[in-house]
Amino acid sequence: MPVIEQTGTEEVHPDVALVEASRNGDTAAFEKLVRQYDRQIFRTAQHITQNREDAEDITQDVFMKAYNKLDQFQGNSKFSTWLTRIAVNESLMRLRKRKTSRTVSMDQDVQTDEGSIPRDFADWTPDPEQQYGTSELGGILQRTIAGLSPGFRTVFTLRDIENLSTEETAQALGLSVPAVKSRLLRARLQLRERLSRYMKRKDGSAKP
Amino acid sequence: MTCTDFLARMTDYFDGEVEPELLAEIQSHLCECHHCEVLVDTTRQTIRVYRDHQVYELTDEIRERTVSRIMSACTGKH
Repeated sequence: MPVIEQTGTEEVHPDVALVEASRNGDTAAFEKLVRQYDRQIFRTAQHITQNREDAEDITQDVFMKAYNKLDQFQGNSKFSTWLTRIAVNESLMRLRKRKTSRTVSMDQDVQTDEGSIPRDFADWTPDPEQQYGTSELGGILQRTIAGLSPGFRTVFTLRDIENLSTEETAQALGLSVPAVKSRLLRARLQLRERLSRYMKRKDGSAKP
Repeated sequence: MTCTDFLARMTDYFDGEVEPELLAEIQSHLCECHHCEVLVDTTRQTIRVYRDHQVYELTDEIRERTVSRIMSACTGKH
């Protein structure tokens, strides 16, 4: 059984001990890991698949696969990043099954520049929460991010919603850091452009 | 600095990964260019609004069911 690498005097992430214990059959330790990351994995899966039932299934599959592959976790990335990578792969596979005639991959959106060139320069309302209310705003945010291609949704979700670093996002997606930065820029710009339809000041005036 | 130059550096600017000299150039451009100023402001709002409103959350009921299924499959005990 491989031992997780621990380098020098670096602080050891608490997950490392939980992973070691899980490998040695401590199921309570594994349940702690599940409860620590299940919400994050579910959100990531639902953002990518845009389907709640799929996200539930994927969350189960991710942790079951992780449990069976604990020996493959080498500790050169965070455990959460390793889980996220499994979740992204499972989610993209689920999308491929649903859209049998279309390829779904992290590369499929590279060809499109739609929304990547800013066109709308109107100021936004300073307080969208007040303008729409929580429920309506939630609907707008869901519809808007659903309009992005899976690759862009995924990069934005990991980097900006789940707050992974650029390096962690690159590890989770199997992309280079420059590729993540380039996709993140385009994802942010597309999302901003689409959201602008709802958020810009109704009178079109610039802020004072 | 042109708007295209700024756009190419916007991700690094957001991540605080630009050298002081370039940062000064960017700040100078943002003072002069209303479009890029709005772009920065509204892109930051885009990120903030998605962070503040988690649009997909696992409900407690589904969460317990999910954890139970995972542990059951992993251990065969639950």
